Amino acid sequence: MNETGRKPALQTTAGATKAPAEVSIFQIFLEFLIIGATSFGGVVPYLRESLVTKRHWVDDKEFVEMLSISQSLPGLNATNMAVLVGEKLGGVMGSIAGVLGMCLPGALLMFVVGIFYREHGDHVWVTAALKGVAAAAVGLLLSTVVSLSKKSLSSKFDFVFIALTVVSVNRWHISVPKTLIAVGILAILFHYPRKGQKASATS
Amino acid sequence: MNQIPALVRVFAYLSLLTVGGGMAAFPEMKILTVDVHQWLTFPQLIHLYSVGQMAPGPNMMMIVSIGQWAGGTLGAIAVLVAFFGPTAILAFLVAKGWRKLEKWPWRTSIQQGLAPVSIGLLLAGCFSMAKGAITGLETGAMAVAVLLILMQYKINPALLVVASAVVGVLTFMPK
Repeated sequence: MNETGRKPALQTTAGATKAPAEVSIFQIFLEFLIIGATSFGGVVPYLRESLVTKRHWVDDKEFVEMLSISQSLPGLNATNMAVLVGEKLGGVMGSIAGVLGMCLPGALLMFVVGIFYREHGDHVWVTAALKGVAAAAVGLLLSTVVSLSKKSLSSKFDFVFIALTVVSVNRWHISVPKTLIAVGILAILFHYPRKGQKASATS
Repeated sequence: MNQIPALVRVFAYLSLLTVGGGMAAFPEMKILTVDVHQWLTFPQLIHLYSVGQMAPGPNMMMIVSIGQWAGGTLGAIAVLVAFFGPTAILAFLVAKGWRKLEKWPWRTSIQQGLAPVSIGLLLAGCFSMAKGAITGLETGAMAVAVLLILMQYKINPALLVVASAVVGVLTFMPK
């Protein structure tokens, strides 16, 4: 998409990084465990820092491509990336190690937080704090929507599909899977392969 | 009453809806966990989701809390496996095939087409959450402030969520 213009620059690094000869399953688990335990506020920058910059397990071009696959598939970016990188480095076991490492810290934390919240969630100060936190979460979500729109939309007309999706789910109360399939097919047909357009790996 | 089978069913289904982000599944999650199975209330769901934004790792880990409430430790594990298992397997299978399709022209069409739909689903999730979270002028102003700060400055969102807890205590504590 809008990466296409910058593609030549990215391609100069293509093929430079092959998977390092030996990465053990335990190393994969440990690296994702660290990411899973430290990635406050969104995993993508932490993933890039660790996998591309620190470990050189994937190069930049590959990272962008894996991210775009993660984005188009169901599942969270964090765990889809763990599967894709884990698969590249260590096959099935690598994927499992990656997902487990990625999920364990947050899962344990939310397990404890859930129990605490059930016990103390109705204290006045907890309620007041959570009211603020929930408002912030809405703002955070909106900022994700804005930055995703800037990054991944390829046509002005895409805003019609966004609006259609929102109205379908929120106004007409059509279920998410039905909306996804119906608007998805429309949007894919709208972006049908034009003549002379090359399939692009990074878009 | 054993809730495990229902938990597995619901969260395996929800996981398949998380195209573009966990929030895409939120409208459906609200219906299933709050209205149908009554594992928690709508405000509780919003609170857990919001608190979950402070936790590291995948941003939907609040599902573990729902599993724990409804089915204890086993419920938490069941939810985790149900929510991440199917999509992980799908990603694993697709990753191999997708790379081979590099020259297939429709591949780009699919990615370009799914982008606006997944953004729309995130926005829809955001709006259904806002119905419960934005209850007045103060909460609305806080959401807008967070949005503007994040668009303007490179700041870790988790810090803003923590700060908003403090602002929440200062603003909404009954005198």
